[in-house]
Amino acid sequence: MTATPVAAATPFLDPETRAEGGGWLGAVRQAGLDGYRRQGFPTPRHEAWKYTNLSAVGRLAVETPPAVPALTAADLPGDRLLPLDVPRLVFVNGRFSAPLSDLDRLPAGVRAGSLRAVLLTDPGHLRPVLERPQAQEAVATLPLAALNTGFLSDGLVLEIDAGVSVEGPLHIIHLSVPGESATLAHPRGLIRLGAGARATLAVSYSGLPGAPSVINAVTDVVLGEDAHLSHVRLLAEAPEGVHIGAVLATVGARARYDAFTLTLGGRLVRNEIRVLLDGEGAQAHVNGAYAARKGQHIDNTVFVDHAVPNAKSSQLFKGVLDETGRGVFQGKILVRRDAQGTDGQQLHQALLLTPGAEVDIKPELQIYADDVACSHGATAGEMDAEALFYLQSRGIDEETARALLVEAFLEDALTTVADEAVRDALTERVRDWQRGRAQATWNV
Amino acid sequence: MALLEIINLHAQVEDKPILKGLSLTVNPGEVHAIMGPNGAGKSTLSNLITGRPGYEQTEGTVRFKGQDLSAMAPEERARAGIFLCFQYPVEIPGVGFTTFLRTALNARRKARGESEIDAAAFLTRLKAATKALGIPDAMLKRPLNVGFSGGEKKRAEVLQMAMLEPDLMILDEMDSGLDIDALRIAAEGVNALRSPTRSVLCITHYQRLLDYIEPDFVHVLADGRIVRSGGKELARELEEKGYADFVSQAA
Ligand SMILES: Nc1ncnc2c1ncn2[C@@H]1O[C@H](COP(=O)(O)OP(=O)(O)O)[C@@H](O)[C@H]1O
Ligand SMILES: [Mg+2]
Repeated sequence: MTATPVAAATPFLDPETRAEGGGWLGAVRQAGLDGYRRQGFPTPRHEAWKYTNLSAVGRLAVETPPAVPALTAADLPGDRLLPLDVPRLVFVNGRFSAPLSDLDRLPAGVRAGSLRAVLLTDPGHLRPVLERPQAQEAVATLPLAALNTGFLSDGLVLEIDAGVSVEGPLHIIHLSVPGESATLAHPRGLIRLGAGARATLAVSYSGLPGAPSVINAVTDVVLGEDAHLSHVRLLAEAPEGVHIGAVLATVGARARYDAFTLTLGGRLVRNEIRVLLDGEGAQAHVNGAYAARKGQHIDNTVFVDHAVPNAKSSQLFKGVLDETGRGVFQGKILVRRDAQGTDGQQLHQALLLTPGAEVDIKPELQIYADDVACSHGATAGEMDAEALFYLQSRGIDEETARALLVEAFLEDALTTVADEAVRDALTERVRDWQRGRAQATWNV
Repeated sequence: MALLEIINLHAQVEDKPILKGLSLTVNPGEVHAIMGPNGAGKSTLSNLITGRPGYEQTEGTVRFKGQDLSAMAPEERARAGIFLCFQYPVEIPGVGFTTFLRTALNARRKARGESEIDAAAFLTRLKAATKALGIPDAMLKRPLNVGFSGGEKKRAEVLQMAMLEPDLMILDEMDSGLDIDALRIAAEGVNALRSPTRSVLCITHYQRLLDYIEPDFVHVLADGRIVRSGGKELARELEEKGYADFVSQAA
């Protein structure tokens, strides 16, 4: 008997299911379900999913994540989160956990909490975010973001008032606690900065080991004019975890969106970031680093849409592929006809530590304006044997020398994270990953 | 006991025999110069002593402090007291010079059962060594060798040597690419490290380095063997006559 192929290809959604609720929100959800049904579950035949095969995920029989009994701070996997002593919001299986969160230190002008609560009290003021063109486009072109929208019910809402400059980072923790069997969650995040607001947001996605947790996350980011958000995320899901995430960032005039994603965990990760440069002089720097080892698949897919003149964007991703780790980078820059004076750069670099490692890279420039400066580049190489010998010849053992060189390789991506505490926290997780390598090597 | 004892060393690179029966003994405190034409195998010798991958010993023995080197990893050789001043130090972006130095020093201390050096003591030593070599502080903050000029690279090598305190200092063409001032500074740095227990293997094509680092013995390496040994006057003779005699003699 052969395995049945994924049928008409809308797993995770019963044909009869209708969106919950009425009014504009019900309509948004229904559009999400319709968008998913129309596009179908991603297969390698979808151009955007050529290198990342979700068919095994689509075959999972999934349940809604279990309601988690009260956890204490000691239950948090500290070694898989960003080590930061700052105000934090904790979500366990998509539900806001007040006892684990620490909002006492939240500065004035910052409102943060669960989407569920806002949907109960004042959903109307989220309408402009959820109905904005970028969100609608995502529903039409990203099947799983559409599915997320169809089930939109809980997650994070973070709003920073105009003119408020938040000192120091805030930390958002998303923890997946596995159920008896595989689970699927659709957390939604809504982040809105008023005109001229500034903040650094550190986000840790992590999971406890056990049955696979599939996270299908969508995060909306809306930056008002002159706002500046540094959005730093650690994706460190449990070894069996699957993370499919889409960030949809709309960046206003002269505003700046700095995204950094460090991906270390999870069996399969698709980190999709879409940025719409929506007002003149907007900027986006979409950077990241990742490290994959045995059996891991990490996909970063970036789309920067230059819709207005004189906007600037850059993408820098660095990947370390060990053992049979596999990386994918798809980076697209779209320069629309009106977007004169665009500056758009893109670079992906991969370090392949073993012959079994692999990376697929697809850069794409679509340019309809004529006064633009755009470039893309990609490199893939092995560890520099000369450098390795140099370090060893000074008495540094091979494992340590390799770790130094891996960290050095990632360095120029990590240094783009402006906040020192957050940068150090990321570096610490990278070092843990390296120690994991040493252990794995010893155990073999 | 000899510090370094090489007996009938044969070595090859990519199946090509390069060293063909080289013997050399270096006692503690001695300075030996190895001179020879390009392609004679001088760098191969230094690579073999330090354990660079790809250089294969096919015959003979190399002992350091009585210990057979052939089974030792490059880092073990370094911790035992061997240091190679690279002819072309490798640029390593992303690795800070200071971090690198502390890591190397601690690796060596750990191997000797000593505790890690404390940060203050390390910095004090580093400052002193840096000052002696006229190395600007800014250089210490840069990534290892990245953007260093030729002279800075060599000074940085000597600085590492001063910090790591090896027993055998191998200088591979230390004079290459240096103007006379840079050469003098680097050579003075080496001389400052000389001691009755510390030896130098000074590999050079030209005699001029030996004006600064005065050898006790000079050996001519041609076609993979030491074809002549003598005192420092041999270096002058080579300077005048060149290597032509030896090359034909070896062929
Ligand atoms: N890594 C290498 N790969 C191939 N050939 C090499 C390598 N290293 C040295 N050789 C060869 O070995 C010979 C001796 O080289 P080398 O030791 O560098 O000489 P020297 O330092 O005396 O100029 C040369 O013929 C050179 O081409
Ligand atoms: Mg040479």
